Amino acid sequence: MQKEYDVIVIGGGITGAGTARDCAMRGLKTLLVERHDLTAGATGRNHGLLHSGARYAVTDQESARECIQENMTLRKIARHCVEETDGLFITLPEDDLAFQETFIDSCLRAGIRAEAIDPAEAIRLEPSVNKSLIGAVRVPDGAVDPFRMTVANVYDARLHGADVLKYHEVTAIVKEAGRVVGVEVYDAENRQKKTYRSRIVINAAGIWGHHIAQLAGATVNMFPAKGALLIFGHRVNNMVINRCRKPADADILVPGDTICLIGTTSSRVPYDEVDDMKVTPEEVDILLREGAKLAPELAQTRILRAYAGVRPLVAADNDPSGRSISRGIVCLDHETRDGIPGFITITGGKLMTYRLMAEWATDLACKKLGVDKKCQTAEICLPGSEQPASKRKSVTVDGLGAKAAHGRHGTRSSNIEINDKSDESLVCECEGVSVAEINYAIDELGASNILNLRRRTRLGMGTCQGELCACRAAGLLSKANGCARRSIEDLASFMNERWKGVYPVAWGDTLAEAQFTSWIYEGVCGLDTFEKKEE
Amino acid sequence: MSTKHNKIDTSFEQCMKCTVCTVYCPVVAVNPDYPGPKQAGPDGERYRLKNPLFYDEALDMCLNCKRCEVSCPSNVKIGDIIQSARLKYGKKKPSLRDFILANTDLMGSVATTMAPVVNFTLGLKPVKLVMDGVLGVDHHRTFPKYTGQKFETWFRRYALKKQEGYEKKVSYFHGCYANYNNPELAKDFVKIMNAIGYGVNLLEKEKCCGVALISNGFKEQAAKQAALNLSSIRKAVGRGEEVLTTSSTCTFTMRDEYEHILGIDNADVRDHISLATRFIYKLVDSGKVKLAFRKDYVKRIAYHTPCHMEKLGWSIYSTSLLRLIPGVDFRMLESQCCGIAGTYGFKKEHYRDSQKIGEGLFQQIRDCNVDMVATDCETCKWQIEMSAGVRVENPISIIADALDVEETIKLNK
Repeated sequence: MQKEYDVIVIGGGITGAGTARDCAMRGLKTLLVERHDLTAGATGRNHGLLHSGARYAVTDQESARECIQENMTLRKIARHCVEETDGLFITLPEDDLAFQETFIDSCLRAGIRAEAIDPAEAIRLEPSVNKSLIGAVRVPDGAVDPFRMTVANVYDARLHGADVLKYHEVTAIVKEAGRVVGVEVYDAENRQKKTYRSRIVINAAGIWGHHIAQLAGATVNMFPAKGALLIFGHRVNNMVINRCRKPADADILVPGDTICLIGTTSSRVPYDEVDDMKVTPEEVDILLREGAKLAPELAQTRILRAYAGVRPLVAADNDPSGRSISRGIVCLDHETRDGIPGFITITGGKLMTYRLMAEWATDLACKKLGVDKKCQTAEICLPGSEQPASKRKSVTVDGLGAKAAHGRHGTRSSNIEINDKSDESLVCECEGVSVAEINYAIDELGASNILNLRRRTRLGMGTCQGELCACRAAGLLSKANGCARRSIEDLASFMNERWKGVYPVAWGDTLAEAQFTSWIYEGVCGLDTFEKKEE
Repeated sequence: MSTKHNKIDTSFEQCMKCTVCTVYCPVVAVNPDYPGPKQAGPDGERYRLKNPLFYDEALDMCLNCKRCEVSCPSNVKIGDIIQSARLKYGKKKPSLRDFILANTDLMGSVATTMAPVVNFTLGLKPVKLVMDGVLGVDHHRTFPKYTGQKFETWFRRYALKKQEGYEKKVSYFHGCYANYNNPELAKDFVKIMNAIGYGVNLLEKEKCCGVALISNGFKEQAAKQAALNLSSIRKAVGRGEEVLTTSSTCTFTMRDEYEHILGIDNADVRDHISLATRFIYKLVDSGKVKLAFRKDYVKRIAYHTPCHMEKLGWSIYSTSLLRLIPGVDFRMLESQCCGIAGTYGFKKEHYRDSQKIGEGLFQQIRDCNVDMVATDCETCKWQIEMSAGVRVENPISIIADALDVEETIKLNK
């Protein structure tokens, strides 16, 4: 007999994670299902930009307002995922300086602090900025780590009683008398189908929500928009740098942890390609060319990898509630829209507004379930963000591993158990991930393969892209899972996944590093003689 | 002249994580608390760019031997990255002890005026214990002796006039050690140069090269002294003279550290700053100069490669010169750090590591049973003499001792 849930949330991205947390915090019996790993979709493939909303201010006041409101909320509730860097909107000689005034007016109207500063002051604040700038506006942009934020939401959902199933793909929406009553899932690990029942199913599957809606018998027309980005080897800039003009390709440079990111491009892609996004040479060219206009040093900086995500844009004409596409967040009550009770779709929106999206979806679910509980996610901090950031005592006394872990797990880093010297030794040297942190991710954050570990710790995200850390992590996982064969397969698939992102930018030092990596894994370890198993 | 902090060295991006630097680091081998050059250098730099709080005070353990840079196949300026990070982010203020150790000029001037007293006092056990307890200078350390008459004084009194007779001239940067502790070395240099037909000029003004100031955190003062030295060197080079030294560390500091660590442009004179043995060997090798040696000079000599000599890649010049002496039974020691690294080994907190680092070298020396060890660095000399119990001389002093001066003068007439 299966457990009966109040709500099943489909999708382990930030929206699903936030929704599961909100539902669980309101006392609903909640199950989160994800077909791969957490953050495997668009959540793990974006800029990591803590938008101030300035980018939308001129064209979309409402989105801008939502952004700045959520921006301020996330600084509070997700402070260990956020870097308060501030951002610049620069005007280059080829841009129209007159746009700056419109821009500032629009920002101020939306409640976004935006102040024009002298170009010389901008250079002083951010030495990497293009020195030929003719204008600059300072706004409260920042950086946010989507991996960390998703994991913290899921962690908290579990603390509030939610169940979480990863590597469980929804294969059918179970209906009884026209009403959605649960989901049928395929458990990839145990290779079996299972059914879970609930009173409400929330579709928070991002672009894949198109397919989930189809399973329920509803049509949500999505227009997949591909956005490509490049990751650079170190932090060239410490403030977000944007172009002060109408949004275009490759006009945002975001510092994130030890790296920086330039993006994005924007192109429509057919829905059947969303599972296999490749970055084209043309996209790399555009990103590099436009990126160097923001910070010329990028042209000489090593590129670690390229990747692309898919924005779940929703077609406006299929939206009976009257909310236009530009509004961003789309919360569909399929009972009123399509006559399918028990089914809700939450989509559109942005990483920035995930909490608000979760709130809307949970409000609707609560209404349907007759639960009268207020949303508290704007006030109650995520696990790891409970203490003020200024109390980062350990940062001055411990080694790289402990400091880096504190940055990643916030106050929860104190749960990382260090019993002896070997626990402190580094698994990932580029990103300072210790043996203890890996074990913490395995035991507490539900990591069961190397890819999981990467998303929970930054393992393999540094300059060497898994060259030294992947085999060490595989060793630790093999110990934890009690299966060497599985770890070897896992290792091969992880290295292939790393190479996929390196390939579009494989030249110079990046190529040399990749060659060295292949010597180690193929030449020394003979990994190419094992069969691959894709995620 | 710009003495502002050098712009961020992005050579760390070329790091392939091969870890060979950490294998070659002498400190890692003896102290597991040191994160090693890869983590302290290229890996750590990425984090420090994110937040200076990631600076690790363990970087103080770096010897600045630059063996990491020598070993790096990707040309990452690992040692420079670490030294720059120490100067930029280090929060530990230099102590009185660091001030005393770093200001070799000041201490030398004071000490030489009352050398017998200073030498006697510094050798007393109670004094050593007080220095250990109060200052943090390890009491096991033997101090170099100070001379009663500075080389500069001797030169002006007895040698200056004679130099006018030579048509060809070189300038000599004697450094603190030859001036305050071992004027014999400087005199040996003048003796050889004169014998091969070169007159010696001193620089118009000379201050300590600044290596000890850099490693003890006195960047501003080091930059000031560097500016003064470079200005004197420019004048000498302007007269068409090469500027020679008898210390590998002074040479290395003025050629490389001025630019890499202090951010001072020395490109116009860098190639004119050289080590005396290199200058002389090149002359001999090209047939422009001939050396004659005493038949009765018979010695078994082993050469130790100082770290900065390894970095310069110049030990070949010193050893080739030594091998020219017919009576020398030459041994090459395996290149290893002796552990002293300038003022590092004087410090109480580093003394133990310093001795452990050098132990392999000391054993090599004891095993090969030589009359003396030759090396181009004065602090290596102190360390080896104290720890291996063997006499150590600069190759210049050995050449000068073995040289048949009359015959050499004749050959180079």
